[in-house]
Amino acid sequence: MEWETVIGLEVHVQLSTKSKLFSGSSTKFGAEPNTQANIYDLALPGTLPVLNKEVVKKAVMFGLAIGAEIGKRSIFDRKNYFYPDLPKGYQTSQLDFPTVGKGTLTIMLEDGSEKVVGVTRAHIEEDAGKSLHEDFHGMSGIDLNRAGTPLLEIVSEPDLRNAKEAVAYLKKLHSIIRYLDISDAIMAQGSMRCDANVSIRPKGESKFGTRTEIKNINSFRFVEKAINYEVQRQQDVIEDGGSVVQETRLYDADRDETRSMRSKEVENDYRYFPEPDLLPIEIDDSYIEALREQLPELPEAKKERFMSQYGLSDYDAGVLVVEREMADYFEAVAKTGGDAKMAANWVSVELQGLLNKEDWEIGECPIQADRLGTLIARIKDNTISGKIAKTVFETMVEDPAGVDEIIESKGLKQVTDTGAIEALVDEVIANNPDQVQQLRDGKEQVIGYLVGQAMKLSQGKANPGQVNQLLRDKIK
Amino acid sequence: MALDKSEVEKIAHLARLQLSEDDVGEVTKRITDILALIDQMQSVDTENVDPLAHPLDVVQRLREDEVTEHNQRDELQKLAPLSEDGLFLVPKVIE
Repeated sequence: MEWETVIGLEVHVQLSTKSKLFSGSSTKFGAEPNTQANIYDLALPGTLPVLNKEVVKKAVMFGLAIGAEIGKRSIFDRKNYFYPDLPKGYQTSQLDFPTVGKGTLTIMLEDGSEKVVGVTRAHIEEDAGKSLHEDFHGMSGIDLNRAGTPLLEIVSEPDLRNAKEAVAYLKKLHSIIRYLDISDAIMAQGSMRCDANVSIRPKGESKFGTRTEIKNINSFRFVEKAINYEVQRQQDVIEDGGSVVQETRLYDADRDETRSMRSKEVENDYRYFPEPDLLPIEIDDSYIEALREQLPELPEAKKERFMSQYGLSDYDAGVLVVEREMADYFEAVAKTGGDAKMAANWVSVELQGLLNKEDWEIGECPIQADRLGTLIARIKDNTISGKIAKTVFETMVEDPAGVDEIIESKGLKQVTDTGAIEALVDEVIANNPDQVQQLRDGKEQVIGYLVGQAMKLSQGKANPGQVNQLLRDKIK
Repeated sequence: MALDKSEVEKIAHLARLQLSEDDVGEVTKRITDILALIDQMQSVDTENVDPLAHPLDVVQRLREDEVTEHNQRDELQKLAPLSEDGLFLVPKVIE
């Protein structure tokens, strides 16, 4: 039977604020345990929440970026459950009146077509602390530094149809969040986390199958692997005559499998009720419009601009705008280099290759935008050839000196002196009588070979255009 | 709407309340009474009434995003039965 996969994602992002959602404790990552947990975070009796302004602002900015309805009156609710890393005994969240309502996100599919994915809602809630289970003589250790860190939980519609679409959605979400600078959104560090709701149904069926929720997926790659594993598992269960059980499953990256959590851990009876310690948040139109004004240029708009302003192809522009830092880098290179297409090429091929090889973020790269821009300018003004530029580029990784200094000190300057080139050309003609004759007989493609020989003799430093012209002049 | 004993036991478990056999009967009766009151309230037509999240007709005030708290770990951990290496210790919570 042919099956169709249905996926919805729940993504938690930690909003990058200085202080917590409801208290003035710091949210800085990596502090000594419990040094950033105050009396409210510990839920001591009598303490009350005071809502952080910046959290509301960041949530609304996200909503505007995905064209969502903004909740004019949003309300916090208590989600009740017991776990020691949640000392209050409830998580303060939003249920029926979230700050961000329905919106959409457009993703690019593998075949280049676009798909609009629905976002059901995005609500503000607090993070829990961390439990450590090793080395405490049979007890668990609790660190509440993270308790109360603001989260935005972004819930998608069940619009995704395979693991690749899920990854594309997640990457697009990541891109927008980084553009807005509302979260670090680093999956490996947990500042962006993803749960996937997965079900399958016979192709053509309109009713959804029973879904499972996969937790503990902490990289883009694992999202794809976890979903693919789970889809296959559900198919096997059904084709063997069984039925899928609605449950929460954990993804185990080491074994590349999902497995059922014990039922005790997933008692989904949260007994939500409105949080009496917080009043409704009211958001008016002037606030929304003021924030809309502040929104940065988002990936799609930037892509359109790159295509029209710089004449880049759809593909090149798409690659360059994924990360805001990369897009800014490209624009700086294009400005200094004076050639946007060359800049796009160098950034997406040479530079991207280097970043991949060294596992660097753009900010860590020793080749700064102004240096790469200067390199391109030197190709443009014929100081060096494109080929030599690659040598210079490699040197720049190790050598922080200016581009011109490197060209000078390594003697890489292109030879444009006619006398010197003439000597080269004469040597090539003398050494290759057969090819010279062939060219005279009209075999045009031989010119490439002869130019190549001259370039070799010059160790790449001759200007190929000049060589070509001189060869033709002399052989004619 | 009446609750049966097993439902009351489930709610007590979710709330981590220990009820003795004797208590369950009494508690079941009291919760059932409360539910009767709720049934009565639900019979009111609220078609054109906005949901009420809070009885006060005021809105939430927001605070600036500033760190105003400092580290009080040592004082706070004196309140806890057990702590070690800066962590609060609790009975093991993983199976």
